[in-house]
Amino acid sequence: MSSSDHSITIVDYGVGNLLSIRNMLRKIGIGSRITADPDEIRTADKLILPGVGAFAHAMDRLRKLGFEDVLRQRVLDEGVPILGICLGMQLFARRGDEGDVSGLGWLPADAVPFDQARLRAHDRVPHMGWSDITPGPRSGLFEGAPPDPRFYFAHSFHLAYDDPADVAAWTTHGYRFAAAVERRNILGVQFHPEKSHRYGMGVLRNFAERY
Amino acid sequence: MRVIPTLLLRKGGLVKTVRFGRAAYVGDPINTVKIFNDKEVDELVVLDIDATREGRPPAVRKVEEIAGECFMPLAYGGGITTVEEIGHILHAGAEKVVVNSALATHPGTITEGARRFGSQSIVASIDVRRGWLRGYQARTHGGSRDLGLGPVDAALRAVELGAGEILLNSIDRDGTYEGYDLDLIRSVASAVPVPVVACGGARNVGDFLAATRDAEASAVAAGSIFVFQGVHRAVLVNFPSVAVLNEQLFIPLSAGSNV
Repeated sequence: MSSSDHSITIVDYGVGNLLSIRNMLRKIGIGSRITADPDEIRTADKLILPGVGAFAHAMDRLRKLGFEDVLRQRVLDEGVPILGICLGMQLFARRGDEGDVSGLGWLPADAVPFDQARLRAHDRVPHMGWSDITPGPRSGLFEGAPPDPRFYFAHSFHLAYDDPADVAAWTTHGYRFAAAVERRNILGVQFHPEKSHRYGMGVLRNFAERY
Repeated sequence: MRVIPTLLLRKGGLVKTVRFGRAAYVGDPINTVKIFNDKEVDELVVLDIDATREGRPPAVRKVEEIAGECFMPLAYGGGITTVEEIGHILHAGAEKVVVNSALATHPGTITEGARRFGSQSIVASIDVRRGWLRGYQARTHGGSRDLGLGPVDAALRAVELGAGEILLNSIDRDGTYEGYDLDLIRSVASAVPVPVVACGGARNVGDFLAATRDAEASAVAAGSIFVFQGVHRAVLVNFPSVAVLNEQLFIPLSAGSNV
């Protein structure tokens, strides 16, 4: 792969479906590299932080592999755009796993489990499947989206946000929660764009071209 | 509602079974996956139905090849015995793994897999046959062995082990076009907190509605109707458009959540 082919750097910390993200970026003609080397984060123009599974395990990996400090420097100090996907976005929060584990702390939000008391009888957890979204005022990720955009979700936790102004799109499973967030250069989606057909391609293209 | 084509791998090709037995050749897996991708299906399930019986580990290269054509969620099963294999399958581009025989032989793998990768990554296929005397029984190893539990207890056990979704397969209805076994689906869906995907017997879109509305399945899976057409079962890979599904399933457009 040539060095000019590195417009998006995908962080490989052993958690998440990296090849799917690269496959979709390749499909829409956007170069990417997958790296497990924290030093390569220093030269990244744009970052994707994937993630599936348990918050504690993922944070532990990020810290042990030496990604936390370099990501903080690039994203918070130098303003490099980053897109967190699913658990990757939840790691931007202050806390996860029912408050027991500290996250990166970049967003005024916590990752919380679905509130069973607010779900209806037929709302299962994990929330698994395709859901419609409603873009909020900051919705650059969804500009030019086809009508009735729908995305694939698979999660048992979601972000609980202090400041709804940062929510770029809402969705509903029992109750409304953040499907996407945007705070300056920090973006995140709870759904899996890499598994959401042309709707997901639109989101990744917008991230690559607009930020 | 998710509508999920289920594809069966045998000796490098795709096949479709009847009652987990007689198998007809359907075509090349990669071409078929491409067609389903172009039709924007909700999700795909791909199962290697010989791996466990032949003592083979999962074909991770095949997963990678399939996932490369798959811009929708992919669940892959067949031959999984270790948590490392689960990791390799997910890394190769699948969202989920499907376990069945591991419920009997490697339950610890399911638990460790859920702990490491999240329960949303682990689907338990509960394959059910109705016996003459003993009623519904959960089976493993391609239907050839008795798990020793009824379907409800087997599903509860799978969830307890860490599964985040149940693929509920009626062996008796598989490939028969007799409609879903609604009693079976209802009994399991009302007993477990996780999504239940109904599989086995679908004839038409009306059956999807019955499984989800009347029997509380969260999603529906089917094989024959997506790969065959007509009484002679000519191979024709097909999938209704989102517009047709919405119209026939009366999904209100205002519904925020439509899992």
